[in-house]
Amino acid sequence: MKPDAPSDALLQVEDLHVEFDTYGGIVQAVRGVSFDVHPGKTLAIVGESGCGKSVTVQSIMGLIPMPPGRITRGSASLKGINILNNTFINGVDIRGNEIGMIFQDPMTSLNPTMTIGKQIGETLTVHRGYTQKQAYARAIELLDMTRIPEASKRASQYPFEFSGGMLQRAMIAVALACEPSILIADEPTTALDVTIQAQILDLMKDLQSETNMSIILITHDLGVVARMADDVLVMYAGQVVESGSAAQIFYDSAHPYTLGLKTAMPSNTNEQVQKLTPIEGSPPDLFAPPLGCAYAARCPHVMQVCRSQPIKQSFTLADGHQSACWLHHAQCESTTPGLFKKQSGGQT
Amino acid sequence: MSVLIESRGLTKHFDLGNRQIVHAVDDMSLAIQEQEILGLVGESGSGKSTYGKTLLGLLDKTRGEVSYKGKILPARYNSQDFYQQSKKMQMIFQDPYSSLNPRMTIGEVIGEGLKLHSEDSDASIRDQVATWLERVGLHADHMSRYPHEFSGGQRQRVGVARALIVEPEFVVCDEPISALDVSVQAQVVNLLGELKASLGLTLLFIAHDLSMVRYVSDRMAVMYLGSLVETGPSDEVFFRPKHPYTELLVQSNPEPDPDTERHREPVSITGEIPSPVNIKPGCRFAGRCPKVMDICRNTSPQLIALENDVQRHVACHLYS
Repeated sequence: MKPDAPSDALLQVEDLHVEFDTYGGIVQAVRGVSFDVHPGKTLAIVGESGCGKSVTVQSIMGLIPMPPGRITRGSASLKGINILNNTFINGVDIRGNEIGMIFQDPMTSLNPTMTIGKQIGETLTVHRGYTQKQAYARAIELLDMTRIPEASKRASQYPFEFSGGMLQRAMIAVALACEPSILIADEPTTALDVTIQAQILDLMKDLQSETNMSIILITHDLGVVARMADDVLVMYAGQVVESGSAAQIFYDSAHPYTLGLKTAMPSNTNEQVQKLTPIEGSPPDLFAPPLGCAYAARCPHVMQVCRSQPIKQSFTLADGHQSACWLHHAQCESTTPGLFKKQSGGQT
Repeated sequence: MSVLIESRGLTKHFDLGNRQIVHAVDDMSLAIQEQEILGLVGESGSGKSTYGKTLLGLLDKTRGEVSYKGKILPARYNSQDFYQQSKKMQMIFQDPYSSLNPRMTIGEVIGEGLKLHSEDSDASIRDQVATWLERVGLHADHMSRYPHEFSGGQRQRVGVARALIVEPEFVVCDEPISALDVSVQAQVVNLLGELKASLGLTLLFIAHDLSMVRYVSDRMAVMYLGSLVETGPSDEVFFRPKHPYTELLVQSNPEPDPDTERHREPVSITGEIPSPVNIKPGCRFAGRCPKVMDICRNTSPQLIALENDVQRHVACHLYS
């Protein structure tokens, strides 16, 4: 799907397909996802619940339970080495070493019966062979790095003594203990208040510039994407519908779904209140995905070809900017001029 | 325009025992005009939902009073009070998954209010339920289905229909959209707006999403740790916040616009909302406020009108 990807990619995922056996049949959760993650950059994956964002990163991390899950096609390579269905590189587990991960709900992601310091240290005793004592000392440093006040006191406390924002900082400390090259953050601030969200996002940015790690940020909040992302992947019904730089996605949105998401959200760039345009209907059933474009049933610009022809090829619109929509087909572009004119606010 | 519902000094404390008292809502005086949408914002734990529930009488008042069209409502409702008030006031709940009885069909859920409050025949109730289902964008033949057969957005529509079928005058919407996906949020918000216009409703819209509250509401009230810090017309509060807490809330609100976000200063708000148990005197925001002064630590500021704009009220020593 991605022609000649730049060779400096740290992580390359290509044509990933994941499905799950359920009582109701086979759910095709991810249907051909490709993307690159570059060193020191943030890739945001956006989309509604159920679009396959989390399954995509979980399959890279080898966290898909098999069965019922199954990776049916595709590849993922980290620094050129395949990691799909095999999370060990030279006998070392990439999970925790090369890729760290934080989750949406810090309350349920930590062990309630272990002190915070010990949980952070555990990563180091397992992966780096630290002694308990060394690991605990390093855990305090890591808590300090994530701006937790009184780190040495906090390290001896249990998760229930931490607030949601503090727990998420502790989670980041766990994920970064072994200095991974990629941090996967799956909806890291969805459960937090805006003020705490802003603190956590700032912290992630600061840590990124200190360590030059890459971040894969999964979110449904376009505000968070705008704040954090260098590159953006818009997913719908298990597929990538549009990908590009943050500026391309926000100011030159090319897929009707991306446009729909933008107009469904209030914007405060000026004082005028623009009426919100909801996307009518709901996403398709992934037990039996539609033959044509998955968005066709909700798309205001739907054409006959959309319902009947599967869209196998993304159209490249500019350097690094791709959209999987028939509207960009040469035959169509001539019939609907001006549909994707430059949108306001862009400097590009 | 006249005041529909007003709280004066409304206070709700929860006693935890051991002389620990949760100051969930403290001394809230707020008037809601007829046919107005008032947005209530604040961090989780600031007492927004407790205020909404106490205002409706779902929770007993610790102190203070609520008057509805000038008439003072009882401090503690008995079943007769609930029966009378529920015709005029309704609530739409946050979680569309747990607020519908899984054993009742959608038709029963929506029709229950009419069954209690009207003399209408079963057939007439069924007709009205069918009309409301269409009105909120569902189908009349969904009536015999159960809640689990619907998506989150559809269930929230059922919640809207359930609350509005008794034709209330005042509705408390407690985070009606925060459990929904972005594309569906707009569906529900626009539906509320249309119904508000056609039925002449008055709404208290509780949410933590500032952009959405600004979009939905005429006036905005900001709460922090159980008390009001600022009220005023939505755009004024959003674009020209006066209270330092409101300023920080607006600054923390991420904008779906990379250019704006790239030039944003790192957030200066530190710490988190403190525990509402046994609150110390002084301004409640003093511990996190970047503009804190000596007076803030020992004297509670009163909510007062700004000299140059009587529509705006701020509880901050910077303005007194």
